[in-house]
Amino acid sequence: MDAIFLQILNGLDKGAAYALIALGLTLVFGTLGIVNFAHGALFMLGAFCAVSFNKLLTISTKVEDKTVTLFKAYKEKPYLEIWFPDAGPVLIDFAIPLSILLAIPVMIFIGYAMERGLIKHFYKRPHAEQILVTFGLAIVIQEVIKAYFGANPIPQTAPDILAGSASVGSWIGLGESVVYPWWRLVYLVFSGVIIFGVFAFLQFTTYGMVVRAGMRDRETVGLLGINIEKRFTIVFAIATVVAGLAGVMYTPVLPPDYHMGMDFLVLSFVVVVVGGMGSLGGAVLAGFLLGIVQSFASMTEVKAILPGIDQIIIYLVAVVILLTLPRGLMGRAGVMDD
Amino acid sequence: MMNFTLNDTTRFLLFAAVILTMPIWLIPLGGGYPDLMQKFAIYGIFAIGFNILFGLTGYLSFGHAAFLGVGSYAAVWSFKLFTMNVIPAVLFGVLFAGLLAFIIGFLSLRRSGIYFSILTLAFAQMSYNLAYSVLTPVTYGETGLQLSQQDPRLIDNLFIEEVSTGLPSTTLFGIKMSGYSGFYFCAVILILCFFISMRIFRSPFGLMLKGIKSNQNRMKYTGLNTRPYMLTAFVISGMYAGLAGSLLAVTDPLAGAERMQWTASGEVVLMTILGGVGTLVGPMLGAGLIKYFENIFSGFDNNVLTNAFSFLPDSVAEVVVPVVGLFVGGGWHLTLGILFVVIVIYLPGGIVEGLSRLMAMLRKRERPVNGNMKPQDQPGE
Amino acid sequence: MDNLVLHLDNINKSFGGLKALTDVNLQVEEGTTHAIIGPNGAGKSTLLNVCVGRLKPDVGHVTFDGQELTGKQPHEIAQIGVARVFQTPEIFPEMTLLENVMLPAFSKRDGAFRMNAHHQLSSQAEIRDEAEHILEDVGLKEQMLNEAGSLSRGDKRRLELGMCLILHPRLLLLDEPTAGMSRHDTNRTIDLLKKIKSRGMTKIIIEHDMHVVFSLADKVSVLARGQIIAGGSPEEVREDERVKEAYLGGAH
Repeated sequence: MDAIFLQILNGLDKGAAYALIALGLTLVFGTLGIVNFAHGALFMLGAFCAVSFNKLLTISTKVEDKTVTLFKAYKEKPYLEIWFPDAGPVLIDFAIPLSILLAIPVMIFIGYAMERGLIKHFYKRPHAEQILVTFGLAIVIQEVIKAYFGANPIPQTAPDILAGSASVGSWIGLGESVVYPWWRLVYLVFSGVIIFGVFAFLQFTTYGMVVRAGMRDRETVGLLGINIEKRFTIVFAIATVVAGLAGVMYTPVLPPDYHMGMDFLVLSFVVVVVGGMGSLGGAVLAGFLLGIVQSFASMTEVKAILPGIDQIIIYLVAVVILLTLPRGLMGRAGVMDD
Repeated sequence: MMNFTLNDTTRFLLFAAVILTMPIWLIPLGGGYPDLMQKFAIYGIFAIGFNILFGLTGYLSFGHAAFLGVGSYAAVWSFKLFTMNVIPAVLFGVLFAGLLAFIIGFLSLRRSGIYFSILTLAFAQMSYNLAYSVLTPVTYGETGLQLSQQDPRLIDNLFIEEVSTGLPSTTLFGIKMSGYSGFYFCAVILILCFFISMRIFRSPFGLMLKGIKSNQNRMKYTGLNTRPYMLTAFVISGMYAGLAGSLLAVTDPLAGAERMQWTASGEVVLMTILGGVGTLVGPMLGAGLIKYFENIFSGFDNNVLTNAFSFLPDSVAEVVVPVVGLFVGGGWHLTLGILFVVIVIYLPGGIVEGLSRLMAMLRKRERPVNGNMKPQDQPGE
Repeated sequence: MDNLVLHLDNINKSFGGLKALTDVNLQVEEGTTHAIIGPNGAGKSTLLNVCVGRLKPDVGHVTFDGQELTGKQPHEIAQIGVARVFQTPEIFPEMTLLENVMLPAFSKRDGAFRMNAHHQLSSQAEIRDEAEHILEDVGLKEQMLNEAGSLSRGDKRRLELGMCLILHPRLLLLDEPTAGMSRHDTNRTIDLLKKIKSRGMTKIIIEHDMHVVFSLADKVSVLARGQIIAGGSPEEVREDERVKEAYLGGAH
């Protein structure tokens, strides 16, 4: 029981990342009709927003190291700590959550620029061309990041206060062995809030209503005299921000490197398709589901029976679902129904 | 449409001539050495085969690297177990890739559009991950499959008694497959592949595949069972990929799982697009250009650049060198990505379309009073 | 009246809660032209879709010449000899007219699957000749090397008719073959359809234009709200009170 619960927990945080990326992908696909292969790169850009913000906060100067008494020694000390001896270290400690503040405007700008500069021209082009152009863009983004930040993963740390693990097991009456890192718990809650936010936006605002209507029938909404193009831009920006924030918060879990976007993209596409193209609920559900399934497949007990299963389980699930349920778990009729 | 016979013969002869004379005309371009030309030929085969599927039917496979990898593994095993002769290696590569393509195609072709792309991608990623993990006894995982002196080489050992030191090299009935002989071996196969692809394009089969791309519904209502035809196209293009994979092993007898990764699948898509999807020579052009620039560009490092820009004043060079350096050497992929985007936006038909547009423009300039009335300008009914 | 070749037996089809076809029974005699008329939304196109396997009826059977069509794939039905001209022309816009007409011939010959990749188009003279002949019949021979996508709508329909004719179908279904055509084009199409009438092909034609119906049909059935309300010779149907009511009181 404990072991099972632990595996579910372990699957949830990866599942949350899948769900967030897949949510944006589906939103963009459902409203704009664009298959965006650069979406993983946006996740990666978000992660590097956090890296940059961290770097920004820790711009340092050389100061004399007083602890070394034998000779004159120097050490790097961030300006922030020099200027604000009290608040400075705390700010630096909280660099990752704070970088959300930087990431939001940056991601909005990137989303806006991408949609207006490139995606806009591909609304009426075939899916194959959309895939190709966004794939090319993903390579460009990836290479630019590689050029600036290097090829190696850059580890980021969560705030000290969230460093340890929560004894989740004892909270709900399971064994003490069920522990879960605090930061991952935060990530889970955070993704829950974002997912809820996106759904609430679509459900309760008139704006969201138009977007939902557009997902069902783009032409009719266009005929109603609603400026659908402008809304497309905003939808794209929202998807960009969601992907970016997912990336920011994921940095303490997985040290970001330039190709993390591609790794997640392939899996997220599988998630989207399993959930059903164009179904937001399906994307979220499939994201968490596949995260958990993957976590179970990596248990040693399972691997003993089916060696290598952890490596292919996601793809296997995807293949089985696609072949048995052509529209995925929750896909509607008529979406990509060719 | 029917008077292409002469046209096609010339086209084929021209293609063969250009390929066979590569060692001559590539020298001034700095690409005239066998290793690189072999790559041109091999990736040309890969792209030509991919084009039989994507160009004719419009089905975008993101999993063709799996067939490339299987071809390599099969070829290296043939070297290890039987003989260093390349003929059985190539045959095994094609055979196994064909088998895998049959299985993957049979399942993936139940769906179309993006679902098909994702299914092929999923199968290829599965193959890649399995090659790295469970299949290690066959693939040797991360180290990759290599020759060793202890290999049985059953057939070779029947004939050769002397024990040689060092690893043997691949041969074609005694001719060593390195240097120019290796290139000409690949080149001849490439020409053969081009010929087959041309025949397919001009066959009723090819026309049917184009019909499926153009209007699958109509094809069904005229009585065509599309599934077996699609599967045939898929298997043929998988066999081309397997052939390319086995030739990679011929030039360098080792095989690694990274050959099966989806980036490799992306590369062949790129080559086909760059050259021109659905055209005969486009894929070869695309493959050649990408491999050529990859080779040239990734060879540039900062020293080379500093020398190249040494004619500039130092202050200017200091700015120019790092900026240019972004796009070459390790940053070659950046150039590739930009190229990709630009081609898809401005020239979806690839280089071939670009050339024919250019030709049309030139022709127009020669005869400006050629009032070409477009058919859609006719008054309505 | 013994050689009834097409039987529609008690066909029912509904979409969600909407009943598109209710207890439709229809027999068509071999070699005749049978027109189905009725107001918009009467279920005419649904009926054709059931015949060619695009839709599966909820209840009922379609048999053609003793062969069950219900539940068969579209390509199987086409192989049996049922061809269809669609309401919006279904052609291969990127190909030449000649290729458009040759393709169905290949489908008919090799459709069930025969390896034909080693043949060359240039050696298929028989099929090419026949395709040219048919293009002449439908009046498009001069343009046969043009791209089909550039044709006018009326020409596209004629091209599609040609694509069906090369299949030598035993049953040809025509969904409003003259919709959107000028009077001149309509008359040309009527002449063409009359000409192929002599070939002994059975035809079902859906049409709004009564001029077309009365020039071509041997029998007429009237469909309204998913039911056949009248049938008989064109003259009988013209006089039928229920028909007038359906048209006048119907959804027009």
